[in-house]
Order: sequence, then structure tokens, then C-alpha cells
Amino acid sequence: MAGEERNLTASDKVRVRIDNVRKVFNTRNGEMVALNGVSLDIHDNEFICVVGPSGCGKSTLLNIIAGLSEPTSGKVYCDGKEVTGTGTERGVVFQQYALFPWLTVKKNVMFALEMRGVKGKAAEEEAMKYLEMVDLAKFADHYPKELSGGMKQRVAIARAYAAEPEVLLMDEPFGALDAQTRTQLQTELLETWEKKRKTCFFITHDVEEAIILAQRVIIMSARPGRIKDIVDIDIPYPRTQETKMTPHFMELKNHIWSQVYQEYLEVRK
Amino acid sequence: MPENGQNDRKGDFLMEKKNNKGLADRIPAKVWLLISFLAAMLLWWVLSIIPATSRAFPNVFKVLGSIKTMIDRNVLFKDLSSSLISVCSGYVLGFVIALPVAILMAWYKPVRYIIEPWIQFIRNIPPLAYVPLIVIAAGVGRKPQIIVITIACFLIMCVTIYQGVINVDETLIKAARVLGATDKDIFVRVIAPATLPFILTAIRLGASVALTTLIAAESTGANAGLGMRIRSLNNSFESAPMLLYIIIIGILGITIEKLIKTAERRLTSWQEKREI
Repeated sequence: MAGEERNLTASDKVRVRIDNVRKVFNTRNGEMVALNGVSLDIHDNEFICVVGPSGCGKSTLLNIIAGLSEPTSGKVYCDGKEVTGTGTERGVVFQQYALFPWLTVKKNVMFALEMRGVKGKAAEEEAMKYLEMVDLAKFADHYPKELSGGMKQRVAIARAYAAEPEVLLMDEPFGALDAQTRTQLQTELLETWEKKRKTCFFITHDVEEAIILAQRVIIMSARPGRIKDIVDIDIPYPRTQETKMTPHFMELKNHIWSQVYQEYLEVRK
Repeated sequence: MPENGQNDRKGDFLMEKKNNKGLADRIPAKVWLLISFLAAMLLWWVLSIIPATSRAFPNVFKVLGSIKTMIDRNVLFKDLSSSLISVCSGYVLGFVIALPVAILMAWYKPVRYIIEPWIQFIRNIPPLAYVPLIVIAAGVGRKPQIIVITIACFLIMCVTIYQGVINVDETLIKAARVLGATDKDIFVRVIAPATLPFILTAIRLGASVALTTLIAAESTGANAGLGMRIRSLNNSFESAPMLLYIIIIGILGITIEKLIKTAERRLTSWQEKREI
């Protein structure tokens, strides 16, 4: 299948360039360096996962790419343009879903479309398409409080897609879900990504999740947060849950996990 | 069945509670209300026959009879309308001032740092205490009444709305921003609806404060009003019409509260948890 060519050699075009980013927070106990000297090129349509112990600055890096936070020094470029704030070409999926509770599922998706200038009937119809994509068309008129965590996150993904971003930034989107729902959403996300290719920057603390999704896994170390290692995942797509049983997957998992665990021990010290 | 002892016990406990609830639930709410009403009437009747309390609590027939007395004296409707005018004007004014001030406080830190301590300070002073100052400044009549109610309503509504605006979930604002929302979009489409439950709570609390401040407001030398009349009846020891007026204020309060609560439920049914 076309699986092979979808691998990391697929595009050499750099979509996002992270150039020597440093982020310092002023806390009560003095300065805290959250990120130091982080540089990374994210290619067009590439799926990148970032793993690392909590406090390694994963989310800080995502917020900087999203334009929700400014780097203390260094720069981020998206399509060659310096990032100075949020932009619709960079969509975000948050761990806490961040659905507007006063809007129905459909209106949540329509919010993204309306911000893009799609109005009225057209917005409604297009919203339904995105809801069908995540298999939630039936729940269009429900309020978020009536949905399970997994369903909420699917709505959030549909809403992020509806904004038609070039880059999808996901901050531990499945972190709050149970193991089964998480596996299911991973599969669905991969399917969606294969249908509608996007550049994905996905943060997780789950090493298996990172390997099953990503073309490259970025391992970050803590205090200060920096890139420790980048592991190419040369498993062809489409990947399924069976992929997790293969010896090669296990090998990669052990390799990445041991590095993450080392970092975890460092943090505990 | 859970084998675990602790779970088991927890289960039993829940069952027991459910059964107890079942007994209370079998009687419809309306019947409970009737029982509650009858119990209060019984208590009232007891109070009206105990010599020590009978002067303060004349029986229900005397109180109902005083409706006619007050109409004959040509004051009942005058008092009602006078009080309602003061309460409504003060309440609306209080809200109109509280809304922008609360938003400014939430958005601009200097405004917050300057105003908030004073709101907290004045909020804890009973309005009755500063009424004389207002009368000295504004004279007697309608004006000081409205000012007192406006101040009391403003304070409680401002604090409540302010809490609502600063408690808007930051992630929702971020989510809107990354979807391309402008500041105006965020204000109209995120902050406003997210604050709505707090605004409705403020409206409800304000209504209750407006009524409870009425007595203080009408001690400003009013020539009519429910609160003013209670004070003047006090001078002639007419407890039956006094009790009537107290009950009227109570009925007004609970009616307004029920109306606002209904609106609240309609407008904020999307909320995960409902406030009390």
C-alpha cells in the first residue's frame, strides 16, 4: 500500500521551525527555566509525538508554537513566518476538551466555522460533515455535559479540524480517558489523519501511544526542558492495535521507555 | 455482588439512604408544601394563644381583617406601590452600575485593586448605619431611599458578577483564540455566556438584598412604604397590620425569587452543576 511513502521521507518541506527556544518563568522561588535551547523542524504532514516526564516543558513548548505563550528567547516559524500570536493555521486540542458548555455539539463545531467566515446554513451543513467524521452526527443537538469524556474529545477534534488548520497541536488529548477509549481514539485519530493529512504535534506521557501514532518521537528531559533524543518510528502505516504486539514495536518501546524512565528518576531527585 | 467488605458496606449505606428517601419521595412535593404550611399555621395559632406572645402574634383572622383596615385608611396600595417603586429603581440602578464595574474590575487590575477593598469594606456595614449620612446629603423623600437600595444592590451584584468574570475557564478563552476569535468575539461569545449563571445569581441575590434593605431605606423619612408603615405601626402598637405587612414583604420576596429561579433554570440548563 501507499503506507511506505507516507513515512517520514514524505515531505522535506518544513512546516514549523522551532529555533533555539528558551522559556523562563519567574516564580516565587526565583527563575525557573522551563525550556532551554529547543530546536526542531517539523515537516509538512508529519506526525510528531513528544514524550517526557511531567515538568519537562512539553506543554510550554506547545503553547509557544500555538502562540498562546511567548518564548523568552528564540523563535518559532510557521511556514517561514515568525509566530507572534495565535493563528488559525495552528489548531489546538486541549486535554480538558475545552468545549463551550453552553453550546450544543453542532454549535461548538460551528463556532470554528463561523470564525472562518462560514455562516448560517452552510456552517450547519459543514459542521455535520465534521461530526460524521468523528461519528457523532447523532449527538449534534446534545450539550457537552451529556457526553462521555471520549465523545467530548472527539467533538473537540472535529472542532479543531473544522478550523482547517495546517498544524494540529494536541496537548495530551487522551490523557484523561480510560485505556479502552484511549485506544479507540488513537485508531480513529490515525484514520482521520490518513484521510485528511495534517501536521500533528502530539504531546503524551504514554510511550505506546507515541509509537503507535508518530513518525518521530521526541524525548524531552526535564529541568531545564530540552530535547534529549529523537527516535524515528519506521513502522509503516496503516498501524493497528496489533502493531503493538510486533517485536519491533516492543524494541522501540523499550528503547524510548528506558530513556523516559531515566528522566523520571532525574526529576524525582 | 462486590466481595470487598468496604464496598459492601458502602452499598448497604446507599441502599438504606435510598429507602429512607423513598418514604419522603412517595409524598408529592406539593403535599409537603401543604404540610409545611399547615405546621406554620399551627405554630402561629399556638403563639396567638400563649399570653406572652399573643400581643405580638395576633391570630390569622385579625391579621386578615387588618387588610380591610389598611385599605380603609387608604394606605395599603400607596405603601405597596411606593415600596415597589423604590425597590425596583434601586435594584435596576444597582445592576446597571454593577455590571460594567464588575467587568472593569475583572479586566483591569488597577481598577480591581482600587475598588475591591472598598466594596468588601462597605458590604459588611449594615445599611441602617449609613442611612443618616445619605439623608443629610440627599434630603428626605424618594431620592435617599433609592440611593440606599442602589448601594446595597450594587455591592452584592458587583461582587457576584466579578467572581463570575474572573472564574471564566481560561482554557475556553484559549480555545476560542486559537480558533481565530477576536477580543470582541471572546467577550460576546465566551465571557458573556460563561458569566451568565453568575449574572443570574447576582440578579437573584440583588432582589433579596433590595427587599431586606427596604426598612433601612424607608427610615429616611418616607411618607409611605411597607417598611415605613411597619415602623409607624410600631409606635401605635398595632401588631395585626404590622404582621400583615411583614407577610406581604415575605410573599414579595419569595415570588421574585421563584420567578428568577425559573429563568435561571431555563437559561443555564447547559451547566454541569447547578448552584443553590
